Amino acid sequence: MSTPKNLKYTKEHDWLEDLGNDTYKFGITDYAQNALGDIVYVELPDVEDEISAGDTVATVESVKAVSEIVMPFDCTIVEVNEELEDEPEKVNASCYESWIAIIKIDNLEETMTAEEYEKSL
Amino acid sequence: MYKKTSLYDRHIAHEGKMVEFAGYEMPIQYSSIVKEHNMVREKCGLFDVSHMGELKIMGREFQEFGQYLVTNDISKMEVGDVRYSPMCYEDGGCVDDVLIYKDERCFLLVVNASNLSKDLEWINKNNKFDAEVINASPSTSQIAIQGPLAKQILSKVIKEDDIPQKYYTFKEILIKDNRMCLLSRTGYTGEDGFELYLANDLAPQIWDELLIAGGEDIIPCGLGARDTLRLEAGMPLYGHEISADISPIEAGLKRFVSLDKDEDFLGKEALKNQVDNGIYRRKCNIELLGKGIAREGDLVFIDDMRVGYLTSGTRSITLGKSIGVAMAKRPYNKLGTEIKVQIRNKMVDAIVVKGPFYKRNK
Repeated sequence: MSTPKNLKYTKEHDWLEDLGNDTYKFGITDYAQNALGDIVYVELPDVEDEISAGDTVATVESVKAVSEIVMPFDCTIVEVNEELEDEPEKVNASCYESWIAIIKIDNLEETMTAEEYEKSL
Repeated sequence: MYKKTSLYDRHIAHEGKMVEFAGYEMPIQYSSIVKEHNMVREKCGLFDVSHMGELKIMGREFQEFGQYLVTNDISKMEVGDVRYSPMCYEDGGCVDDVLIYKDERCFLLVVNASNLSKDLEWINKNNKFDAEVINASPSTSQIAIQGPLAKQILSKVIKEDDIPQKYYTFKEILIKDNRMCLLSRTGYTGEDGFELYLANDLAPQIWDELLIAGGEDIIPCGLGARDTLRLEAGMPLYGHEISADISPIEAGLKRFVSLDKDEDFLGKEALKNQVDNGIYRRKCNIELLGKGIAREGDLVFIDDMRVGYLTSGTRSITLGKSIGVAMAKRPYNKLGTEIKVQIRNKMVDAIVVKGPFYKRNK
C-alpha cells in the first residue's frame, strides 16, 4: 500500500489529517497495522479527554500484542470513531480510512511528509 | 542460530512470520491468526509441531517405569491407546504434561518442546528400573491436521483402514516406500484431528500432499492460532496453567491423578495431601463483562482484595468475547463469582464461568 500524500506522519507510525482549525483526524499507518497483525480490540479515549504529550491516547490490541498510541504533543479529544468498538478489524483492512479519533492540537510538533515517512521505514 | 524443523523451507515458502520458540524458528502465523483459527474450526488447518519432544521408555520394566513417572494410571492401557497425564515432582508441582502412547515394548512420551532437556534429565534421574530412555526427538517430525474436514482430507493421502477410528487411539502404519508413520487421533485444538509422527525426510512430502489433497479446505496454521484454539478448548499450557509451582490438583486436573494407583508414583504423597487437606487456590475460567482483553499476568480482584491472577488470556475469536484462565484463592474460583480484572490501569468487570469455553459438535 502506498503512503497517502495528503497526510502527515509521526515517528510512532501514526497518520494525521488536517481538518482545519487545529483539528486533526488520526490513525495508524499500514506499517503499524501490519506489524500488529489481526486487530481484535481498540480502546478509544473519552471525548473531551485532555492528553499530555507522551501519554497514551488510545490502545490498539492484536491477538498477540498491545500497542499504546502515544501522541508527541498535547491534545484534546473531539470525537472518537465508535465503529471501531464493534469492528476493530477495519483498522487492518483500511488503516487510512479507519480513523481512531479527531483531536485538537494546540502546538503541532514536527511531523513527516509521506515521502519522509516512507524513507524512515 | 536457532534450530529449524524439517518443514522450515515450507514455512518460508508460505510466507510464515517466524519467531523463536523453544529454541526453534517457528511460524507464529502465515496470513492471519484470525483466519487460521477460523479455518481450523470450520474446515481444516495444518500445523508443524516438530519441535515437540518424543521420548521412548523401553526395556523389561518399561511399564513399571512409566507408571512411576506419571500421575495417571497407564497400567491398563492397550497397545494403540493414547493417554494424557501430568508428570510431577515429589512436592506435587509439575515437571511437564505429556501424552503417553502404549506400544508393545515401549511407551512413547510426547513432551513439550520447551521442557525436553529438563524432562530427559528428570526421567533419567528417576530411572530405578530395568528400563531405558531413548530420545527420538532429533529424528522425529510431527504434523498436526485439525478441523472437521481433517479425516476427509487425510483419507485422500492415507488408506481408510490405516486411520484410527477412535479419539485418543493410534496406529503404526506404512506410508510411501514402506516407511513407518505413527498416526494418532489427537490434537490441541478442540476439533477432530490427527497427529502424524514421521521421519524428518518424509515430513515435507506429507505436508505438501495434505495441502494439495485439501485444496481450498486447508491452510497452514501457526503457533498463534494454536494458542487461541487450545485456550478456547480448555487445554492447559505448561508454564501457564501448570508449572513447577502449580500442581495438577490446583490446575483442575485431578481426574488425571490416580491416587488409587497401587504403585507409588512421583508426587503421590504430596498430591494425596492436597486432596485430603484441601488446596488454597484453584484454576477457574473467566469471562470479561466489560471492555478490553485480559492477558496473562493480569491481576484478579474482589473489591480491594487481590484474589488471583491470569495464567492465560485472549480475545476468543470463535466466541467474540474476552476469555481467560485464572488461578484464584478459594472460594473465589467458584462459578458465578463476580470479580474484577486489572487491565493496565483499569478495573474491568468479569465473572467466573464454566469450562470449556468451546466444545465442538460431535
